[in-house]
Amino acid sequence: MHEIIAAQADLADRTIKNSWPAWLDILQSSTGLFLALFMWGHMAFVASILLGETAMWTVTKFFEGYFIFGKSHPGLVSCVVAFVALVFVAHALLAMRKFPANYRQCRAILCHAKAMRHEDSTLWIWQVCTGFLLFFFVSAHLYQMFVWPQNIGPYASSDRVWSDGLWPFYLTMLLAVELHGGIGLYRLALKWGWPNAPRGVLRTLKWGLTAFFLVLGLATLAAYMKIGFEHGGHYGERYMPDWAAAENTSQGDGQ
Amino acid sequence: MSAIIENNGAADAVESRQSRWLTFDILRYDPADPGVAPHLRTYRIEEADSMTLFIALNEIREHQDPTLKFDFVCRAGICGSCAMLVNGRPKLACRTLTSSLPTENTLAPLPFFELIGDLSVNTGKWMRGMSERLQTWLHAWEDEVDLRKIEERMDPDLAEQIYELDRCIECGCCVAACGTARMREDFVGAVGFGKMARFRLDPRDARTDDDYYELIGDDTGVFGCMSLLACHDVCPKSLPLQTQIAFLRRRMAMTGTGL
Repeated sequence: MHEIIAAQADLADRTIKNSWPAWLDILQSSTGLFLALFMWGHMAFVASILLGETAMWTVTKFFEGYFIFGKSHPGLVSCVVAFVALVFVAHALLAMRKFPANYRQCRAILCHAKAMRHEDSTLWIWQVCTGFLLFFFVSAHLYQMFVWPQNIGPYASSDRVWSDGLWPFYLTMLLAVELHGGIGLYRLALKWGWPNAPRGVLRTLKWGLTAFFLVLGLATLAAYMKIGFEHGGHYGERYMPDWAAAENTSQGDGQ
Repeated sequence: MSAIIENNGAADAVESRQSRWLTFDILRYDPADPGVAPHLRTYRIEEADSMTLFIALNEIREHQDPTLKFDFVCRAGICGSCAMLVNGRPKLACRTLTSSLPTENTLAPLPFFELIGDLSVNTGKWMRGMSERLQTWLHAWEDEVDLRKIEERMDPDLAEQIYELDRCIECGCCVAACGTARMREDFVGAVGFGKMARFRLDPRDARTDDDYYELIGDDTGVFGCMSLLACHDVCPKSLPLQTQIAFLRRRMAMTGTGL
């Protein structure tokens, strides 16, 4: 109780060492690192559509536990989504502390970056703007995946992208996520001094990775749009490889 | 013959450089005369060989406008008085050759610090406040220093590292270039971090990491730094601010969390 009274009197720091700032900084960085690495992994799984419908179906079913339990459990995906959502909310809360909070701060940082023509300062503005966009886009995406995890698959996802008209949503999110994550990882390296490489090297690496994942993401989105367009007449139908369909049929006969 | 041609070529180059006319749009404002709003006033001067911005400003003050206010003491990048925004970036006027500038330029006072007038700011007031806040002086192990006792020897490499950080001239360029400081006025700034890193290295200083955590272990200190690193890029003394701030962040994070 005395800590609350001391804090109200602005004397909290005189009573005990306040470890919160250190923890919050570490948490902001570690949640950002987790989300950026998750984003790359997620992109790799989603991009499996470029290898064909069966490849993407296999990845989807793997995460639904099909190859372990012999049956799909989309709820497993919901669990992963819930965990990612928790990390995302924590990261958003922690990162918000750094956002400009009022008109004076907004004007100060915008004029500063514009007049300085300093790349890392300008990149930070991009990081804030894309982060702000992601509050809405990622929240909507996570909610959708949490509630309807069964709607992930070569045809289901393609129908969502094309027939449900969500491709502009995914395109915007792709651009925002790749820019935000790439800049964020670069800034993490500068913040903590690891990897201890020259800034020019880190910046080149950052742009290289951002370009790679943007190209991969755009190609992936185009693939879903193409499949969705071609599959438009069979909206709602789910993809299943022939061997799995045959296996399901034989199991059904056996019963 | 070829040597003569080369010499002539060099002379032409010098002449063409000398014949360049430079325009300076200088932000004029006197806080003591608030009736006159901040405004840009344009001055033109002919560039001379090896001219620095400091020389150009003196030229303007002596021959065009004796009311122009700007600071200087050493003219050699040591006192840090002549820092100002040159085309939007903090620089020392005495260390900026006009040959590195375009023909059209804008000059403005350093932001963040108290404005005295035109290009003159009171960095000393802020630096003193920062120094008192961070206690940037040696905290000796003993209360009483025995002046008859021979000092402990210091490893030359360590002395060199301390000297490297001690080269800071408190010009204020790093603070003026800092996006965090521009948004949050209570931010310590790179100059403060440099000093903390310097005293932390010094074996004559009795303070521990816990003590330093009390001084910079929060969002107005090292955890508030967003690593935009303009401080590192504009430092006229090329201090290793990027690595020092990252080092302090790691140390303070470990100290604060006990990891």
